Amino acid sequence: MTKQTADNPNNQMVNSYTPFPARIDDILVETEDGNLKTFRIVLENQKDISKWNHVPGQFAMLSLAGRGEIPIGIASSPTEKGRILFTVNRAGVVTKALHQMETGSRIGVRGPLGNGFPVDSDLKGKNIVIIAGGFAFTTLRATLVYMLANRDNYGKITVIYGARTPGMLLYRDELKEWAGRNDLEVHVTIDSEAPGWDGLVGFVPTIAGEVAPSPENAAALICGPPIMIKFTMPPLEKIGWTDDQVYLSLENRMKCGLGVCGHCNVGPVYVCKDGPVFTREQVQRLPVEF
Amino acid sequence: MKILKLEKSDLDKWLAEWMKSSPVYAPVQSGFGSFYDWARLEQGRMPELLPGVPKSSIKTFLFPQPETLEEFSADPADPSAFILKAPKTAEQLTIIAGVRPCDARSVSLNALPYAKDPYYSNRLRNTALVGFTCETQCSTCFCTRTGGLPTGTEGLDIAITRMDNTFLAEILTQKGELLAEAGRTGTDAGGDALSRLEQSRKNSGSPVSSADDPAPILREKDLMALYQAPFWQEIAEPCLNCGACTFLCPTCYCFDIQDEVIRDRGRRIRYWDSCMFPLFTLHASGHNPRGLKLQRVRNRFMHKLKYFPERFGPISCVGCGRCIRECPVNIDIREVYTDLLAI
Repeated sequence: MTKQTADNPNNQMVNSYTPFPARIDDILVETEDGNLKTFRIVLENQKDISKWNHVPGQFAMLSLAGRGEIPIGIASSPTEKGRILFTVNRAGVVTKALHQMETGSRIGVRGPLGNGFPVDSDLKGKNIVIIAGGFAFTTLRATLVYMLANRDNYGKITVIYGARTPGMLLYRDELKEWAGRNDLEVHVTIDSEAPGWDGLVGFVPTIAGEVAPSPENAAALICGPPIMIKFTMPPLEKIGWTDDQVYLSLENRMKCGLGVCGHCNVGPVYVCKDGPVFTREQVQRLPVEF
Repeated sequence: MKILKLEKSDLDKWLAEWMKSSPVYAPVQSGFGSFYDWARLEQGRMPELLPGVPKSSIKTFLFPQPETLEEFSADPADPSAFILKAPKTAEQLTIIAGVRPCDARSVSLNALPYAKDPYYSNRLRNTALVGFTCETQCSTCFCTRTGGLPTGTEGLDIAITRMDNTFLAEILTQKGELLAEAGRTGTDAGGDALSRLEQSRKNSGSPVSSADDPAPILREKDLMALYQAPFWQEIAEPCLNCGACTFLCPTCYCFDIQDEVIRDRGRRIRYWDSCMFPLFTLHASGHNPRGLKLQRVRNRFMHKLKYFPERFGPISCVGCGRCIRECPVNIDIREVYTDLLAI
C-alpha cells in the first residue's frame, strides 16, 4: 500500500530543522582573554540570502555538522546586508570547536529564530536606554546599529555598557565611533581602575543609577548576567521606571529552537519561540527557571 | 460512517491481506515471561489482545528513536561536505493494529506541538491506526479522567469492538476505508449497527462520558499558585529521576538532537529525552535552571497538566497508566491530579 491517501494535507512542509550552508568569512578576536570571537558568516546559497530577514534580538542556531548546534544571538543588524555576525563565547563542546575553525570553513545557520526586540512597534518613538554587561552586548549591538540606521524613529538613545576590564569590552572600535556621535549618549565603564583607562569606573548598576534618563516615554533594554540585572533594577525603579518598560533577553539550553523539543521552557513559555525577549513584567509572572 | 461486521476469521484475513503490502505491527506476548509489547506481524503470527496497554506506547512508531533529521558527508574532499540534507522519505503505509483508545488519542495530542514538524507529519500521514476498544479497565487505567473513553475513537482510522462473538469495525477515515477494501472481507453491519453498538456499551457498564476531564478546571487555575503548591516536595521526595515515566509515556514528546559521524558519513538524529534528567537543562556555563529533583518532577507534571492545556487545550495525558505501572517508587499521577485540583 504505497499510494497516497486523501488524508494527506501537504507534502511540502517547510523543514525548519535543516540549516542553511554558510561559510565563515572573517573572524575577529574580541577580548583580551581570547574567549570571545566575532564570526562573520556569509550564506552560500543566493536563495537563502534573499530569504534571510531578521529582527534585532533574534538568534540563530549555528550548526557544526558532527558536533551539534548552539543558539547564538545575532550581533548584526538587518541593515548590514550580506553578512551575519555572531559573537561567541567559548564555553561548551560546539563553541570550542567553532573557536578552532578558520576563515573559509563551512558551517550551517538555522534561523532566524525567536521574537526579537519590538524595534518597529513598541519601541518606535521612544527614548531608548540600552544597558549591557559583559558579552551580553551582542544582540543589543544589533539593536543599536538598527536604531542608528533608522535614527528618526527613536528619541534620545543612551547606552550604558560595562565589562570587567578594558580588554574585555566587545566592539571596541565601534564604541569609540559611537562615543563621537552627537545623536547618542554612550557610557562605557569597567569594574575597577586599570592602567591606561581614563573612562568610567564602576559596576553597571551604579553607573545606571547616575546616568539613567527619565522613564518618561522611554524603554530600557537590559542584557547581562542575572546579578547585574538584579542590581540595575532598584536604581531605575527609584526614578520611576516600571517593569513593563524594561525588556530582557533570556537564555536557556535549546535544541530545536522551534518550541517543540521541550528543553528551554520557563514554565509555560519557550524561550526559543515565545522569547528570547520578554518584558520584565512578563518575566516576573513566570517561574524562575532560567 | 460505515460499520462492518466481522467474524474472527475475517479479522485474520484482514491482517493477512494487509501484511502482503504493508508492515503491520500489533501487540504480542513474547516467549519470555509475560512481556507484552509491539512486534511486527508475519503470516501466522497474530496479535494477542490482553486487557490494557502493551508495555511501550505507540510513540515508538510516530516518533521513533533515533530519527534521522539530516545526513551529511564528512569527507573533506567532498565539495558538499558538511551540508546537511534531510533524508528522502518513502510514502509507505505502516499499519498499527490493536491500538487502545488511549494510545490512539496520544497521537492526536502529540500532533498539536508537532503541527509544523515535517517528520512527525510525514509519519502521521503514512501510518494507519486500527484500534480495539477496551472491554476491561485495569487498575491503572484512568482515561475517563483525562478527556478520553475506553470506547473512544479519536486518532483511529478503524475502531473494532467485540460484540458477542463477532466484531464490529467502525470505518472512521478515508485511510480506514482503503484498509477495509484491502481486507477483502466483512459485511455491512446494517443501518442500526451504531445504536446497537452504543446499547451494548451501555449494557456492559462501560463509561460513556469523560466528565472528570480536569483540563477546563486546570486551565483556569493560577499558574504560580499551582507551581508554588506545598505538596511538590512530598511528591518528588521518593523520585529517582530514572525517567521511566517519560520514556513509557505516550504523550511525553520532548527530544534531544545529537550528531553522529562514522568515518566519512554523518547524520543528525533526534531521540527521546526526559525532563527528569539534570542534563536536560544544563547550560554550558554550568548553571542549571532545574538543578533540583523537585524542580524536574514539578516540571513534568506542570507541563502535562498546566502548561500544555494552557497552550493547546487538553491535558497532555491519556490515562494509559504506564507511568503508574512501571514507576519504581509508586508515584501516581492520579494523586497529583487530585492535589492540583484541590489548589
